[in-house]
Amino acid sequence: MDLKDLYKQLILEESRNQSHKRELPEATHSGAGNNPSCGDELELQLKLNPETQVIEDCAFQGVGCAISTASASIMAQLLTGKTVDEAKALLHDFIDLIRNGEVDSETEERLAEAMAFADISHMPARVKCAVLAWHTALHLLGEEIVDDALTEEFLD
Amino acid sequence: MLTQAEVKELRRDFPILQTKVKGHDLIYLDNAATTQKPQQVLERINKYYLEENANPHRGAHYLANTATEAYTAARLKVAKLIHAYRLNEIVFTKSATESLNLLAYTLGQGLKAGDEILISILEHHANLIPWQFVAKMTGAKLRYLYLSPELEISEQELKEKLSSKTKILALTGCSNVTGTRANLNQYFKLAKDFGALTVADLTQLVPHGPCDVREIGCDFAVFSGHKMYGPMGAGVLWGKYDLLAKLPPFHYGGDMIERVSEQDAVFAPPASRFEAGTMNVAAAVGLATAIDYLQAIGMAEVDAYEQALTELAIEGLSKVPDIELYAVRARAGEPVHRGAVLAFNVRDVHPHDVATILNESGIAIRSGHHCAEPLHRYLGINATCRASFSFYNTEAEVEQLIQALSKVRQQMGLS
Repeated sequence: MDLKDLYKQLILEESRNQSHKRELPEATHSGAGNNPSCGDELELQLKLNPETQVIEDCAFQGVGCAISTASASIMAQLLTGKTVDEAKALLHDFIDLIRNGEVDSETEERLAEAMAFADISHMPARVKCAVLAWHTALHLLGEEIVDDALTEEFLD
Repeated sequence: MLTQAEVKELRRDFPILQTKVKGHDLIYLDNAATTQKPQQVLERINKYYLEENANPHRGAHYLANTATEAYTAARLKVAKLIHAYRLNEIVFTKSATESLNLLAYTLGQGLKAGDEILISILEHHANLIPWQFVAKMTGAKLRYLYLSPELEISEQELKEKLSSKTKILALTGCSNVTGTRANLNQYFKLAKDFGALTVADLTQLVPHGPCDVREIGCDFAVFSGHKMYGPMGAGVLWGKYDLLAKLPPFHYGGDMIERVSEQDAVFAPPASRFEAGTMNVAAAVGLATAIDYLQAIGMAEVDAYEQALTELAIEGLSKVPDIELYAVRARAGEPVHRGAVLAFNVRDVHPHDVATILNESGIAIRSGHHCAEPLHRYLGINATCRASFSFYNTEAEVEQLIQALSKVRQQMGLS
């Protein structure tokens, strides 16, 4: 892929979007994610309504490359207003997209602007940047990602 | 099973096997020490350095990516070979010895006086001295499983030595001297009843046949790349992910951290946690090609052929007077699945003299105690000769070994 595809207009804009890049004082969930090899550091916060199980707000702070910052920004917008279950499904969809480079058309619709990262699957060195926020969010929602499992079928 | 014609074809991949020694064709029977490397492995290492080399995991540039991809592909190849559950359960080291040191240093930190480490008298020094060290450092006791008259470890022996004090059971899957294959699956099940952690030394098993850590049922396993047609400098540690994730690091430095401050560091998850500093990527990549090479022949084919060669050697040498064999024996009426290795002595001739005399005919065997000195002491002998086989050895080579050995006493001036 060429540089233009990687740094699409949308990604460049989102990397400077400050709407969700802020502190969230009323956060119910806070946690950090980082990529030690490139120095991305992300602090992610969620405000979850315990009764409705809806994520009412999502915000992030930290230092990162354009890819990781844009990815966090798009994710924060997408998660806001989703229930925990919807959010988890979406987070998994994005990780599938980055792993496989494609998803079905319904999932594409759900991922919306996050589809801008589809080509990252061809750039192994940048995959970690793209998924950092999404892995961190899953962690905050109590899920650990096992992305290196070798299933029985895979071994045969 | 491999035919002699097929074996001759495979030998063409190993230019070093064409070596002449004192005017004779080299007969290389020291495969348990290290195997020779096929052209395919050498070319792959060359290609890595010619086209793909950079320091992996450390950059966004083109070569950093090709190096990372080659290294990750090698890890995946190893993971699939032994049926790991997860990619990151495979830790590259420099050797099986380093893998065992890693386990001893890290698992050892959890031991205290009164705990017991159980190993067998068959163990190679690599699976023995690190545990001696741990025992000395912690006050834990190092205990041994001894052998039946057939040179096997009996279930009875294991049951007598296992107790709730047993914290670690570390056993070789195949002795590099007697060829004894332990029934690891059953032994580790018994150890689990007492909550012991189990370590399998698969160094003499992985190169010689199908190997599946899920089936073996161990917690950790180690083996060496250079004994399976890969280059020197790539060893493997496998461990169940959750257990590896609880271990502290062994070496400290670059590429094994999550974050670092002036006074503290948070360590990366496995496998990175155990791969501090720049790794021998070329060796790992070469090992992956060696695995491809072995799998193209077929691990079961390799096993069947090497078994047959070993049996041929045992049968021939049993008929030579004044040769004593130290190979695991079949129990009455039961088949025995030996390793492709045969230790022996020629009566009244020191093993070093035997090896030197055989070298005159171009035959390479090992003499000494093969890094298993306590085993030799236990068997009441000082040293042995050892012939060890590969799929690239021919029946004719085994015949020449038998012929050469039958003349040794005469050459030493004995009747």
